Amino acid sequence: MIEQNDISIKEESIKNKVVLELKDLSKSFGDNHVLKGFNMKLYKGENLVIMGKSGSGKSVMIKCLIGLMEPDSGSITVMDNDIITMDREALDILRADVGFLFQGSALYDSMTVRENLEFPLRHHTKKLGVKVETEERVVEALENVGLADAIDLMPAELSGGMKRRVALARTLILQPKIILYDEPTSGLDPITSKEILNLMKEIQVKYGTSALIITHDVDCARFISDRMILLIEGVDYAVGTYNELSRSDDPKIKAFFKH
Amino acid sequence: MSNGSTIRSFFIEVGDLSYFTRRFFSEIFKRPFEFKELLRQCYNMGNRSLLLVGITGFIIGLVLTLQTRPTLMEFGAVSWMPSMVGISIVREIGPIITALVCAGRIGSGIGAELGSMRVTEQIDAMEVSGTNPFKFLVVTRVMATTLMLPLLVIVGDMIALFGSFLVENVKGNVSFMLYFNQVFDALEFGDIIPATIKSVFFGLAIGIVGCYKGYYCKKGTAGVGKAANSAVVLTSLLLFIIDFIAVFVTDIFYDL
Repeated sequence: MIEQNDISIKEESIKNKVVLELKDLSKSFGDNHVLKGFNMKLYKGENLVIMGKSGSGKSVMIKCLIGLMEPDSGSITVMDNDIITMDREALDILRADVGFLFQGSALYDSMTVRENLEFPLRHHTKKLGVKVETEERVVEALENVGLADAIDLMPAELSGGMKRRVALARTLILQPKIILYDEPTSGLDPITSKEILNLMKEIQVKYGTSALIITHDVDCARFISDRMILLIEGVDYAVGTYNELSRSDDPKIKAFFKH
Repeated sequence: MSNGSTIRSFFIEVGDLSYFTRRFFSEIFKRPFEFKELLRQCYNMGNRSLLLVGITGFIIGLVLTLQTRPTLMEFGAVSWMPSMVGISIVREIGPIITALVCAGRIGSGIGAELGSMRVTEQIDAMEVSGTNPFKFLVVTRVMATTLMLPLLVIVGDMIALFGSFLVENVKGNVSFMLYFNQVFDALEFGDIIPATIKSVFFGLAIGIVGCYKGYYCKKGTAGVGKAANSAVVLTSLLLFIIDFIAVFVTDIFYDL
């Protein structure tokens, strides 16, 4: 295994505040040990890509991270909060600061684009006790992704790329500090993928968010990552920048960068 | 699958369903109350099932009267037709047929809808957005079926009685007033109240099973079909078990 120190990463020069940290995270499904002591740190303002093969446990890891799954062991710290020990109310409040873009967009089929975007606002503003101009926020979020005209359409009327952009707008509506992307470009053609990646970069610049991106797409990783972690056999096998990892002689790492 | 594992999975299913029901009752009184979603579900389940329940009820009333008439005529008891049909429909046939129709229409619909929401991660998205999906999706749907089913049963009963009246009117020249006077003379609160209470439990069973099957749907799109199908099968079985228990309990209180 390649230790983090083996590859020189100038973490200090990127950012220094850790906003999200996983320590020794393990998760099994019966005899299938998916995560076996996975570690990672996400620094403020960075784009961290976690790359792994299909079925390597990337999605399991990200779902543990947001509290959708409970890990068997290990700790998860999100903005200084240990989410494993948090109660539901506190977790819901914390989730306002953590956006999640699902692999399949996960738009609510029975609601219009407007209602999809209003949905998280309605619940979070109630809990946080903050009054927001719902209409303004919805329009702004849709304008950010270039889909202001689609506000009254149903998800079934949108193309795959449009759905992903609406989902991104829904993720942005609460102006989160951290955004988790689960395979943001999967199932999209190369041009639409590039559009989504550009949007992700624009959003990071505009709102100063930190992003954790799960992908198996090397082009996506090259374009978006400040840093990468290779998830192999349930552990953080290698950590480094795209350039550092792509030049590695380790056969397991090289396998990821072969085209 | 061996007999042992079949029995084991049966008890696991019963346990999970009981836990799900307990969770429903514990969440029902917690804030926030999703009144808007509850009303939307009531509209979806009540109004949109009305036509189907009406047509089924009408045909049942018609057929029951047509098929019973010759036998009653044989015994010279055709004048008992309104009371006999009235009691049969209000006590038993109306609630159970309406519940079975709703199990097919509403139960499978809930199973498929929540199942597809589960496999497309919409339920996870709801959870991440700070909404309790159990409260928003399950509590509202189960409440809606529980509230709407007794109303649908009452409407179904009335339409079935009207269907029966039409046969009596055509075949026996019985007037509207005479027919319904005889029906209401024969009916007592002991017929109507247990049937209504039973309908509440029927509605609860349809909602709980449909939501349970959909909420824990697995294995992709194939799982959605399975969830919808098993929701109908399990609900239908449960309806007869509830009916069986209801008859026993009614017998204790009303001495049938």
